[in-house]
Amino acid sequence: MNLASELLQYLLSGLTMGGIYALVALGFVIIHNVTGIINFAQGEFMMLGAMFMVTLVGLGIPVPLSLVLSIILVMLLVGLIEIGTIRTAKRASTISLIIITIGLSTAIRGIALLVWGTNPYKLEPFTKGGPINLGGATIVPQSLWVIGTTVVVLALTYFIFEYTFWGKALRACVVNKFAARLMGISPQRMSLFAFMFSAALSALAGIVIAPITYATYDMGLMLGVKGFIAAVIGGLSSTPGAVIGGLALGIIEAFGAGLVSSGYKDGMAFVILLLVLFIKPSGIFGAFGSKRV
Amino acid sequence: MKDLLRRKRLRHSLIALFTVLIFALPFIISNNYYLSVLVIIGIHTTVAVGLCLLMGYAGQISLGHAGFYGLGAYASGILTSTYNISPWVAIIAGAIGTGIIAYVMGIPIFRLKEHYLALATLGLGLIIHVIFVEEVELTGGPSGLSKSIPPLSIGNLAIDTDSTFYFLVWAVALLAIIIANNVVHSRIGRALRSIHGSEFAAQSLGVDTGKFKLQIFALSAVYASVAGSLYAHYITFISPSPFGLMTSIQFMVMAVVGGLASIWGPIFGVTAITLLTEGLKTYVPLIYPQAGGEYEIVVFGLLLVIIMIFLPEGLTSGLVNIYERWRHRKERAHENP
Repeated sequence: MNLASELLQYLLSGLTMGGIYALVALGFVIIHNVTGIINFAQGEFMMLGAMFMVTLVGLGIPVPLSLVLSIILVMLLVGLIEIGTIRTAKRASTISLIIITIGLSTAIRGIALLVWGTNPYKLEPFTKGGPINLGGATIVPQSLWVIGTTVVVLALTYFIFEYTFWGKALRACVVNKFAARLMGISPQRMSLFAFMFSAALSALAGIVIAPITYATYDMGLMLGVKGFIAAVIGGLSSTPGAVIGGLALGIIEAFGAGLVSSGYKDGMAFVILLLVLFIKPSGIFGAFGSKRV
Repeated sequence: MKDLLRRKRLRHSLIALFTVLIFALPFIISNNYYLSVLVIIGIHTTVAVGLCLLMGYAGQISLGHAGFYGLGAYASGILTSTYNISPWVAIIAGAIGTGIIAYVMGIPIFRLKEHYLALATLGLGLIIHVIFVEEVELTGGPSGLSKSIPPLSIGNLAIDTDSTFYFLVWAVALLAIIIANNVVHSRIGRALRSIHGSEFAAQSLGVDTGKFKLQIFALSAVYASVAGSLYAHYITFISPSPFGLMTSIQFMVMAVVGGLASIWGPIFGVTAITLLTEGLKTYVPLIYPQAGGEYEIVVFGLLLVIIMIFLPEGLTSGLVNIYERWRHRKERAHENP
């Protein structure tokens, strides 16, 4: 393998993971924009999606139906959790809300451990077939599924936000919560909608990545944190920023793991994060502005 | 002024009373299992008091304290077992080293706020953890240090039993509480509380908020490091797994459960959580035999959520508030029968 094809290989695996990071990052940004909360349980939604999928497929339900069912299940669950915790603690301070979502993520991970155990579960790739050769680099068909899903979902999200009533209502809430309320949009309902929508995004990300990384009860921790890093790199409030942040993080990680050291791959993401935070805390796509006291 | 003096006297007598109670306990409890639980409570208290200073007084969040705890443990473990350095020197070296690392890393990190800060400290903790796993030559990698860690000793007295360790650990914990108490009631403490109230207001009154936050961060890291060193000497074996994110979360749960508004909160929180953990370990398998240790994290998570929703100031102030309300209502009922 020559250097060019090796670099192409890193690029392809970076794009695959980057797509997943982008989907999770998008979930973070949507919730943060509407509610101001950083949802540390985002990665667990992803794990739940993958785990439900594995279980449903194991029961003999066809893959496309399992996929839809798992996403719906995660959405319903997250809806209930949002009503039970975030809505109940409406007046809590930011630090309390952060701690609440950390608690939620710990509890969900623990319950998953009780239900599914520590064993990794294998999910069959969506399509059969060997690795595809691409200019000297090889790519497994599932990676194409990941990249394809990312593109379709991003397009769909764009459509929902730009052209549907719910999307517009959500954006109105982001721009000015008070004015949105005067227009008859309930911020409470929008918070629920944001949580369920980003849960669906994360669940889908978890499902498409499961055939590559296997599904384990603790897969959500690292992937969730990486998704958040991607969101921060992108500025935490910008949706295109989240996507670019996710792809950039995936690619940098893949190159770092290939060229420097694979053991420090997870550390690398944090070094990047710390660098971004120190150089430009508002993220690459974030607008500079002062916070109101 | 008189009131202040009275409160100061009350504080000092509280500490004295607590000291007497702590040092009387081993003469009442002779069961080694209970003593070992109390040793762990003492170690965790030291960390939680530091975290309480940071979170409760300075209003800053840290999800990386398990990293500092691990730095202390590894400093002691490596220096004593590989380099045959005196354990006491190793503890101090670990504490100073950790303090410097926390201070230097804190300079950029504390420019951040809220979620960014939570994430940056989480990242710092994870990087430290990755280093423990990856630097196999120094740390032994995932399987831990291969050489055993020698026990601590004072002169000829080796501190290697549960009861001797109990005294050492609680002496350190008490020292930590006394220092914290002095910090809280000094100029720095007032400055910290002003940061918690409103950082902008504090800055506009000339409080160098950045400097104070950093100093408290470094102090709490030193606390965690010393506790980690003691842990290493107590367990005599260390591997990276007890120094991961779960431990950071556990420390935070301990600090939060007890309440962050008082130095006494963490002691309460640590005791409650440690007893709960031990209780769960004993009783849950009786009801639900196939469960491993996993339900612990479910309970931790749910506890964190419930306390943050219903008693955001923690058990100590939460219970005091409930009592005050009850007394108020009773007084009113008394006035208008």
